[in-house]
Amino acid sequence: MHTNPIYFDHASSTPVHPEVLKSLSELSAVHYANSESLHEAGLSIQTMMRKSREAIASLLGVLATDITFTSGATESNNILIKGIAFAYQHKGKHLITTSVEHSSVLESFQDLEKFFGFEVTYLPVDNEGRIKGEDLKKAIRSDTIFVSIMAVNNEIGTIMPIQECAQIIHSHSQAIFHVDGVQALGKIDLNLSTIDCASFSAHKINGVKGSGIIVKKRNVQCHPLITGGSQEEGLRPGTPNAIHHILFAKTLRLALNQDKSLIKSIKSYLVDEFNQMDGIVINSPMSGCSDHILNISCLKVSSQIMLNWLNQHRIYVSAMATCLNRDAQPSHVLEAMGFEGNRLNGVIRISIGYTNTMEEAKTLISIIKEGIVKYGRD
Amino acid sequence: MAEIKTDRILVRFGELSNKGKNRNLFVRQLIQNLKYQLSNYPDIRYRNQFDRIMIELNGADSDEVLERARHVFGIRSLSPVVVTPMDFKLINEACLELMKQEKVGTFKVDTNRKDKTLNFKSNDLNLSVAKTILSQTEHRVDVHNPDIRIRIDVDAEKASIAVKTVLGAQGFPIGVGGKALLLLSGGIDSPVAGYYTMKRGVEIECIHFAAPPYTTIQALDKVKQLAEKLCVYQPRIKLHVVPFTEIQLEIYKKAHPAYTVVLMRRVMMKIAERVMHEHKMLALVSGESLGQVASQTLQSMASIQDAMDGLILRPLLTFDKNDIIDVAKKINTYETSILPYEDCCTIFSVTNPITKPKLKIVLLEEAKCELDELIEVAYKSIETTEIRYHQETYL
Repeated sequence: MHTNPIYFDHASSTPVHPEVLKSLSELSAVHYANSESLHEAGLSIQTMMRKSREAIASLLGVLATDITFTSGATESNNILIKGIAFAYQHKGKHLITTSVEHSSVLESFQDLEKFFGFEVTYLPVDNEGRIKGEDLKKAIRSDTIFVSIMAVNNEIGTIMPIQECAQIIHSHSQAIFHVDGVQALGKIDLNLSTIDCASFSAHKINGVKGSGIIVKKRNVQCHPLITGGSQEEGLRPGTPNAIHHILFAKTLRLALNQDKSLIKSIKSYLVDEFNQMDGIVINSPMSGCSDHILNISCLKVSSQIMLNWLNQHRIYVSAMATCLNRDAQPSHVLEAMGFEGNRLNGVIRISIGYTNTMEEAKTLISIIKEGIVKYGRD
Repeated sequence: MAEIKTDRILVRFGELSNKGKNRNLFVRQLIQNLKYQLSNYPDIRYRNQFDRIMIELNGADSDEVLERARHVFGIRSLSPVVVTPMDFKLINEACLELMKQEKVGTFKVDTNRKDKTLNFKSNDLNLSVAKTILSQTEHRVDVHNPDIRIRIDVDAEKASIAVKTVLGAQGFPIGVGGKALLLLSGGIDSPVAGYYTMKRGVEIECIHFAAPPYTTIQALDKVKQLAEKLCVYQPRIKLHVVPFTEIQLEIYKKAHPAYTVVLMRRVMMKIAERVMHEHKMLALVSGESLGQVASQTLQSMASIQDAMDGLILRPLLTFDKNDIIDVAKKINTYETSILPYEDCCTIFSVTNPITKPKLKIVLLEEAKCELDELIEVAYKSIETTEIRYHQETYL
């Protein structure tokens, strides 16, 4: 048996890049002051945060003042969705999102519906998990103030038509357009110039946990969810997790420069293998899909069993989004795509990162084959 | 088809094209400045081709190099160049791919055969490329006044294709015009004055007057940030910080309040002039603009200038504030300049400064203060740091 664990769960989290880790220990050893303190120890941290912010902005093609540091994408999504809805509610109370969003987006919208009297349209998706521009156009009303659409689906990897959506939203409404870009960052090109605001996370791109950003254009109003200080322009008060934020720039630079060819070939190897395997169907679309995610269903073995079987062999994958799979609900994404029965019960998400090797992919295939033979039931 | 990759960047000169005998000097300085700005990319090679410079990227990221080179003074325009083998099909493909990235408009193809023994005419290639682009994009041909000029240089082996043209920073290469000392306050004007001075080929150092503990380290940091922003144009900038507190206290204690600002500015000029001479600089540069504040009326300027003998440049003398702000935004210093930290002038500001001081009275007021020794001490306590454009290890 292979000696090291095989990690195919990079859409959940990723190993920290060695260079980020090195900077983390170097900075943490020296810089412990509060970034808001007025003495030189504080100032030097503030300077590093400023430079990090500027570097991030230039990598993303936005202004440094557009960047807000947060604790991660869940927080970014919550701040933007609720904060913008609150700020613009005098103009209307209708919101639009999709039925396949991450739970931090969906539940933010559900809160707005349940407790604050907003009305939400959840756009349907086709069998590839993609929304249609015409559905969006139809959903837009005169009182629509906010639209949130993910760039890449976290469960199946489908790339949404973000530029088309931006065009539709801006030409048919005054609504603010938010993009959950977590799974897109460093994976596909994302043009932020047509987007009003977006959420990103560091630990999905080989950075440290507890660090995320908001990109928000200056003209977009957003009411802070947490109050009590002027940090991050008041949008995210509280003493910032400075060192982790400082490292976001390096994390992003490395992620954007990362050679993605191996990830691409691993995925295409896996796709070829699964296509030939009896009892396996691929749920991820063949085109318009991010290379790092491959979602399949084992028609003969339930997710739970396959996950445990792979785990016994120290192969780590997900059954569906990790944020949800503790309660045994079927995937809302695959349900929205119209799948049912065994296709829902046997879902496995394989997500590839730059630390994976072709050898590992081959091991994964052979263990899955073994698992199907051993536990498969028609 | 394969992704189109930029192999070279073509650099066209600005005003230095008409510099006669000094031209070589200018071009050498420009190449040196480019090398300095692009020192992160050791594999880049530079070819001096008489009327232009060709930057061979050798793998360096063309967008990044273009962004850096765009700020080097002495360049009129830059074009990314794609090199393909000398093959009609490949040239056509590359041109098509490049044109797809451009905003739809009019174009013209300009082929230049360096090797006239090639078995086709320049116009053959022009027509072939134009046909491809016309049939597969929305672009239209306009041979007289095209939006985009596709330049193709061919020889027996390869073709160099340039489509996009990016405006350069204009002006002269920094260093050809000597060195000057910029009075950098932290406000909006002085960085802009520095920018215009550098643009004319003059290297700058900066001098700043700080009044700790009345002024904060944040205020000084702001000045350093401003100098750092100017490093986009001149990668290394020396910053001389003069401790000014004692001098200010002496002036405010003894002189008439209405004259304190003029007196303070006079002392600044005296100290700056000494620094200027010591470091072999030829002029002071100030961001003064006529009439903007009390110390910038003609009468005030005359009284202040009286304190020194050397040359003082005031690039913004006749600018309106709004025009200065526009440039500050363009060179990316505005947002830093408006950070709310007080400098030594604002902390000691008086409510009614005299706008038309008479030199005779200024000198009388100055005589009340015992400044010589304090100036000596301040001069000896100047702290000089070098501000650099560099990649921080944590970024």
